[in-house]
Amino acid sequence: MSQSQKHLVVIGAGMASGRALEHLFEADPDAWKVTLFNAEPRGNYNRIMLSPVLSGEKTYEEIVTHDDAWYADHGVTCRFGEKVTAIDTAAKTVSGEDGVPVAYDKLLVATGSAPFIIPLPGHDLDGVIAYRDLEDTNAMIDAAGTPGARAVVIGGGLLGLEAAAGLRMRGMQVTVVHLMGHLMERQLDEAAGYLLRKALVDRGIEVRCSANSREILGQDGRVRALLLDDGTELPCDLLVMAVGIRPNTALAKEAGLAIGRGIHVDDQMVTSDPDVLAVGECVEHDGALFGLVAPLYDQAKVVAKTLAGAPAQFVNKEVSTKLKVTGCDLFSAGDFAAGEDREDIVFRDPARGVYKRLVLKDNRLIGAVMYGDTADSSWFFGLIKDAEDVSEMRETLIFGPAFQGGTPLDPMAAVAALPDDAEICGCNGVSKGDIVAAIANGATDLAAVRATTKASGSCGTCTGLVEQVLGVTLGDDFVIPAAQSICGCTEHSHEDVRRLIKSQELKSQAAVWQELGWKTKDGCHTCRPAINYYLLAHWPLEYQDDPQSRFINERKHANIQKDGTFSVVPRMFGGMTTSDELRAIADAADKYNVPTIHVTGGQRIDLLGVRGEDLPAIWADLNKAGMVSGHAYSKGLRTVKTCVGKDHCRFGTQDSSGLGIKLEKKLWGAWSPHKFKLAVSGCPRNCAEATCKDLGVVCVDSGYQIGVGGAAGMDVRQTDALAQVPTEQEAIDITVAFYQLYREHAKYLDRPYKWIAKVGLDWVRERVIDDLENRKALIERFELSQTIYQKDPWAEHARERAESYQPIADLSLQAAE
Amino acid sequence: MTNWIDIGALEDIPARGARVVRTALGCVAVFRTGSDEVFALEDRCPHKGGPLSEGIVHGQSVTCPLHNWVFSLETGLAQGADQGQVPTFPARVEAGRILLDATRLAERSAA
Ligand code: SRM
Ligand SMILES: Cc1cc2nc3c(=O)[nH]c(=O)nc-3n(C[C@H](O)[C@H](O)[C@H](O)COP(=O)(O)OP(=O)(O)OC[C@H]3O[C@@H](n4cnc5c(N)ncnc54)[C@H](O)[C@@H]3O)c2cc1C
Ligand code: SF4
Ligand code: FES
Repeated sequence: MSQSQKHLVVIGAGMASGRALEHLFEADPDAWKVTLFNAEPRGNYNRIMLSPVLSGEKTYEEIVTHDDAWYADHGVTCRFGEKVTAIDTAAKTVSGEDGVPVAYDKLLVATGSAPFIIPLPGHDLDGVIAYRDLEDTNAMIDAAGTPGARAVVIGGGLLGLEAAAGLRMRGMQVTVVHLMGHLMERQLDEAAGYLLRKALVDRGIEVRCSANSREILGQDGRVRALLLDDGTELPCDLLVMAVGIRPNTALAKEAGLAIGRGIHVDDQMVTSDPDVLAVGECVEHDGALFGLVAPLYDQAKVVAKTLAGAPAQFVNKEVSTKLKVTGCDLFSAGDFAAGEDREDIVFRDPARGVYKRLVLKDNRLIGAVMYGDTADSSWFFGLIKDAEDVSEMRETLIFGPAFQGGTPLDPMAAVAALPDDAEICGCNGVSKGDIVAAIANGATDLAAVRATTKASGSCGTCTGLVEQVLGVTLGDDFVIPAAQSICGCTEHSHEDVRRLIKSQELKSQAAVWQELGWKTKDGCHTCRPAINYYLLAHWPLEYQDDPQSRFINERKHANIQKDGTFSVVPRMFGGMTTSDELRAIADAADKYNVPTIHVTGGQRIDLLGVRGEDLPAIWADLNKAGMVSGHAYSKGLRTVKTCVGKDHCRFGTQDSSGLGIKLEKKLWGAWSPHKFKLAVSGCPRNCAEATCKDLGVVCVDSGYQIGVGGAAGMDVRQTDALAQVPTEQEAIDITVAFYQLYREHAKYLDRPYKWIAKVGLDWVRERVIDDLENRKALIERFELSQTIYQKDPWAEHARERAESYQPIADLSLQAAE
Repeated sequence: MTNWIDIGALEDIPARGARVVRTALGCVAVFRTGSDEVFALEDRCPHKGGPLSEGIVHGQSVTCPLHNWVFSLETGLAQGADQGQVPTFPARVEAGRILLDATRLAERSAA
């Protein structure tokens, strides 16, 4: 070491210090004599590129950034594989594992960060690893070498997904377990998260979101499976934890340097000790931590300047994220939370799987998320960083820099692209080609097409599609009547959405928003309850009901009152009760200070004015007496009114109360587009008012008369006769089939009479009465759905969710102090 | 002076949902949006006192459960044609915990 040379000791040969050394030697190759410690038994390599090494797209040799020759050329004393164990800032020395102090003039701490390991039981088993360095990568490559080997990756963030994709490319069966509701939730919104998930599932990776890990199970000291909170066991030979990182601060802390979550540095990258600098993921600057290289490279420049005695200042700029999984193009930058003062521009191209969202504030772009087409991402990122005023290009901004004021997107393109044999009308089996042919033969409007092809003549849900075919075929000669959209979030009508949920197999709300081009991030109070219903009606097994998309009454399983209290109505099947039930109701009323008890118009008892916090407790009490929720709040089965029938009444012809009870026991718990009320009367005197119900049965000597489409609320309507059948079983079957047909086809919030007015009673009769196969299929689908939905929500909530009915915190005492 | 107090974990509130915090001066509704932001507002609709915590949360808005007025969670202002404002309180999330400013909560009686 020459006299003028000062000695710099660097702890950690990672990406940040590597870059700092490059800048340092560029500025003056001889100013510093450098000793470089690294815990890893090698010098600096491009850690980012471990993912392509894992997937087999690169080799380790290709990602080395500084080789032995480079260190030799710059006179760096390399102490690789040696961990620094102590810093003595007073003596200005560091010592490695050999304990021999090495003196420094300046010290650079660049220890990076360590993967966070969730301390689950079993986390120390063999085969449980993190994803940080070459050793981890090689361990994964080895594990993938065993044919049929399985891996579980905990963590659906950047790192976890790169690990999963790499392992999959090496032929492993991979499951990703993610705690949050969608993947990469810190970088992506739900829509982009949904597309990403779809792409990963397409390549054979299993993805489980909202999944909490409970325990890692082992056998002979090796990992065997991951056990989830819901009891699922995911067998695996390798378990990768990629749930986050923590700055390596232990060494600095022991040396007495100021640390918070990371090692505190000022704008010059100097720590609380003037002779000690720090750089990279181990630092905390102005409250911020770092996990991507872009800002670390800026820090490295500042470190070199500071060491050279030149003025420099680190400024933390926006970062952007890309996922390095071949074929998954995604990009996110800036702040993309929605907000009052912010404006969203959303572009979705369902056919190409493209989603782009820009967030503007004060005419400036502040955030961007894109999936599927990220070609313009750097341009958008530039706009964010420069905070450029974009009001001039506001209208066309989302189309990117190349947009030269061309034609806006053609909403009909999708229909135009359909092949001739694509089915348009499912009821009547009419293809696009049939309709085009009818148009060629002179049918120029909907009525004419309907008359010649029958398309849209039945359930009517394809009307919009038929009109679009007319539009595409006739061009300007046909003006598409605007179908009423569900709400401002979409241009689609209820009918369109129902049809598309089925035909495109959309099974989540995020899928609907994306594939159908929703204009808002997550819908509104009008569309969300409707979409939630359509999804659960079509995919009872796959879709999970979303309480947050339900009105309060259905979310809390009680009717909210004007003063914020609730009403509680237990079910009384067929209007029948017992002295024990009445006693339990009376006891509950006393115990919970129920101010009002009313006998309802639906033959049961309403306890009004129960406090929200008492709901789980009063339900549990009523449950104990054998009662379940009466769903007096639901778009679902309400009551089945009955009269006493032939057991008691001198005119009764059949067991009307018995049939009513059977019907109610079959139908309770199901959700429907609107409420559904039944009644069964024992003779045509009709004491149960069956002729003004959604479905009413009037018993006669020869059997059962079934009427549908009655109402007695805002509209008063008498039922229309659907059928008369000789046996009770048939009456039950027809009722179930009718209810299922209504559930599958009606628009959300249409009572049956409104729906029947649209589709026609004949259409209903064909499906429920004439076509016995179809009746059977409807019943089967209903019963399948009931296996999921016929459960008492009161019991479930009292058991599992009672906590959520209480305040999250009670500060009434603190605030009073 | 701010006095951040921990009222619970982010997970305790469902995404697009709310829970209430009881205080001596009435309930405060703490909302969590679909993007995991949190907001705290008085749990009383300026229209007819509806409990906003029971409303449907969408974007950064909540719809009152009683008569469908829509409020911005950020500013507390009624949206669209309706007029009114709900008091808001500082709230933030740190390391998965929800923090409210106790000083501001207590100041309400004075304000
Ligand atoms: C409790 C009850 C009144 C009573 O004390 O008797 C009642 C109470 C309510 N009815 Fe009703 N209806 C009650 C029987 C009826 C009846 C009579 C019947 O079912 O035989 C009708 C007319 C029949 C019909 O539906 O066609 C009836 C027609 C309505 C309507 C108008 C529906 C329509 O399509 O026109 C509404 C408004 C709505 O649903 O949108 C409504 C809405 C309501 C709501 C849910 C209003 C609300 O949204 O808060 C009330 C809830 C009160 C509460 O907190 O519990 N209620 N309501 C009855 C409960 C029956 C039960 O045991 O479940
Ligand atoms: C698989 C993977 C993919 C990634 N992909 C991206 C990406 O696409 N884009 C992006 O921007 N970022 C990515 N990152 C993050 C990026 O790699 C890090 O931000 C960067 O490496 C941090 O640099 P650093 O120098 O602070 O820490 P490191 O690179 O971790 O270097 C720290 C070094 O210090 C050593 N050390 C620690 N303690 C001691 C001690 N006491 N004594 C001696 N030596 C010690 C360590 O062994 C380590 O070699 C990825 C990371 C991984 C693991
Ligand atoms: S009118 Fe009603 S009560 Fe009277 S006989 Fe008929 S069913 Fe029985
Ligand atoms: S009380 Fe909130 S809208 Fe009426």
